[in-house]
Amino acid sequence: MNDHLTRKQLIERAALGGAAITFPGLLAACGGSSTKAGGGSTTVEHKLAKTLNFSNWTLYMDVNKKKHTFPSLIEFEKKYGVHVNYTEDINDNASFFGKIQGQLSRGQSVNRDIIVLTDNDRYLALTIKKGWAEKLDKSAIPNMKNLVDVQKHPNFDENRDYSLPWQSGMTGIAYNDTITDPVLSIDELLESPKLKGKITCLNSMGDALTIVMLANGDDPTAVTDKSFNAAFNRIKKAADSNQIRQFTGNDYAPILARGDLAAAMSWSGDIAQIGNDHIHWNVPTDGGALWTDNMLIPKGGDVYTASFYMNYVYDPKVQGLMEAGDPKRDITGIYYIPPVAGAGEFAKKSDPSVANNTLIFPTKKMLDSVKIFDSKALNNQKYLEQWQNLISG
Amino acid sequence: MSLFHRHRGLTPYLLLAPGVLFLAVFFVVPLGFLGYQSLQSGNIDFGYAFTWSWGNYWTAIQDYRAQFIRSLEYAGIATLLALVVSYPVAYWIAFRGGRWKNLLLLFIVAPFFVTYLIRTLAWETILSDNGFVVNTLQSLHLLGPSGRLLATSTAVVTGITYNFLPFMALPLYVSLEQIDARLIEAAEDLYASKLHAFLRVTLPLSLPGVVAGTLLTFIPAAGDFINAQLLGSPDNHMIGNVIQSKFLELTDYPAAAAMSFILMAGILVAVFLYARAVGTEQLTGSAA
Repeated sequence: MNDHLTRKQLIERAALGGAAITFPGLLAACGGSSTKAGGGSTTVEHKLAKTLNFSNWTLYMDVNKKKHTFPSLIEFEKKYGVHVNYTEDINDNASFFGKIQGQLSRGQSVNRDIIVLTDNDRYLALTIKKGWAEKLDKSAIPNMKNLVDVQKHPNFDENRDYSLPWQSGMTGIAYNDTITDPVLSIDELLESPKLKGKITCLNSMGDALTIVMLANGDDPTAVTDKSFNAAFNRIKKAADSNQIRQFTGNDYAPILARGDLAAAMSWSGDIAQIGNDHIHWNVPTDGGALWTDNMLIPKGGDVYTASFYMNYVYDPKVQGLMEAGDPKRDITGIYYIPPVAGAGEFAKKSDPSVANNTLIFPTKKMLDSVKIFDSKALNNQKYLEQWQNLISG
Repeated sequence: MSLFHRHRGLTPYLLLAPGVLFLAVFFVVPLGFLGYQSLQSGNIDFGYAFTWSWGNYWTAIQDYRAQFIRSLEYAGIATLLALVVSYPVAYWIAFRGGRWKNLLLLFIVAPFFVTYLIRTLAWETILSDNGFVVNTLQSLHLLGPSGRLLATSTAVVTGITYNFLPFMALPLYVSLEQIDARLIEAAEDLYASKLHAFLRVTLPLSLPGVVAGTLLTFIPAAGDFINAQLLGSPDNHMIGNVIQSKFLELTDYPAAAAMSFILMAGILVAVFLYARAVGTEQLTGSAA
């Protein structure tokens, strides 16, 4: 059939046709039709849209488990007449970015007004840098004043022009006390012969390297080739000697609870949600990692409505209830670390036990010992390749 | 009527058109694009440009030879295991199933109404360090006291075998079911032993099913990555895991595309050699 085409023509045509059918394009196409984003949309219309399309991670919203509803969203709908189309379709940053990047790179809308990406992965910074995020309408977010100080000037978005934290979490060590004595340091986790083949390491480079660098006495907020290599080689050694059994996302949690693992590099919220008395989570003795999920408005999203919703969740009263839930009304909270100052006071009122849980409202000592990974190192292709080669064999 | 006669020459083409169009749009075009992408260079920050960068292929083969070989090896072993497990089952259902045939077939297919991921996760529980299987193997001294199955190649191959079993069992059943029982009777009447009748009559007649089953199992198994991801350690990762990580984690689309092509070529060569060995007529099932 291609006798009549030159090779160049064939490739050009294939590329034209293929552009519409790339793998990420196909995946994204399942999400809905692709309408044009309509250029840069610099002028913001101060009118609420009928629907807010919000994509978030699973188990990341206050929920009434009996009625299978999200109380804070229902409240928002009732109050402002905006229907929230809430989808839990983000499982990891890379795959979600893979789904949306094809359309965004062609200037098409992904039919979402808010998405949530994590600062311990490269894609948040990349989305902003590529110009694929809309500027927030700060005039619609007076409650932004409640943003906790530590989150005000991250290096991927110095003035919070494009992003606002949704929730934060910590990376540390979890252990199962039916299998092992307390495991509190990276030294024990990676080198104790008793734990050989009984531990997992997180596959997120930022998380794993932060806590190993701290154990090495290096600074994870300003990574150098030397500190990278030291931490990388230490993990590689543990993997090569079969100390580390697997590299995992949050799928380590059920394996740990079942007792196949003695200990694991672990995210605080996973353990708070498991609620198993035998699983304990700690910030490692040399310090842990802090990461934050951030709300973004992808190009073509409704800026005013999205900003308006962000303002709603930045009300400490709303945030407090979202965080702690309300046992009297069968509402389970989010159980991660809220970025809104004053939320703790309101959380105490609805569920004092949650407000006293240090996994959710960490002590100052805990917060002082957790660090945020260098975002430049997250985008270092050489580091990323080395890391991926380690974890994918 | 006369219109039909005049255009009768076109009819086969018109009938073929939907299929050809479908393949063109959903197979040839993406494949062309994949090939185009595999010769690009660049990265997500600065964009990709077409540079005839054949080096992508060379680097892929050099750096990931182990994973390519492992993929073909695991898929090959899993295919063989699936054949050994499925053949007696399919045989029994076809010749002894009687009126329960459909129900028995349903039993083979039933677990596959559950999603792939959940089925694979179930194996995580079955092969768990404190589970029944490991404990039994340990008490029989087939596995050392600190031995385990999860995060080993055994677990990965077991997972693949299980997940692709129906692709083997169903074609086998179809070809066995079609065998005229009188042929076997005739063989026995001519003083062939049961074993002889099986080897000279049943087995050759079921070969189209064997070939179809092995291909349907081997081809997707070689590209699988879920089993290696969930049941294996990094030492057991297959080429699918590398492609997945290149595509999604590193956004190195050219390298991922080049590896996909190499895998495809590898599978084609394996299938070609297989077809040569068995005889091509078995592929189309025209032997019977």
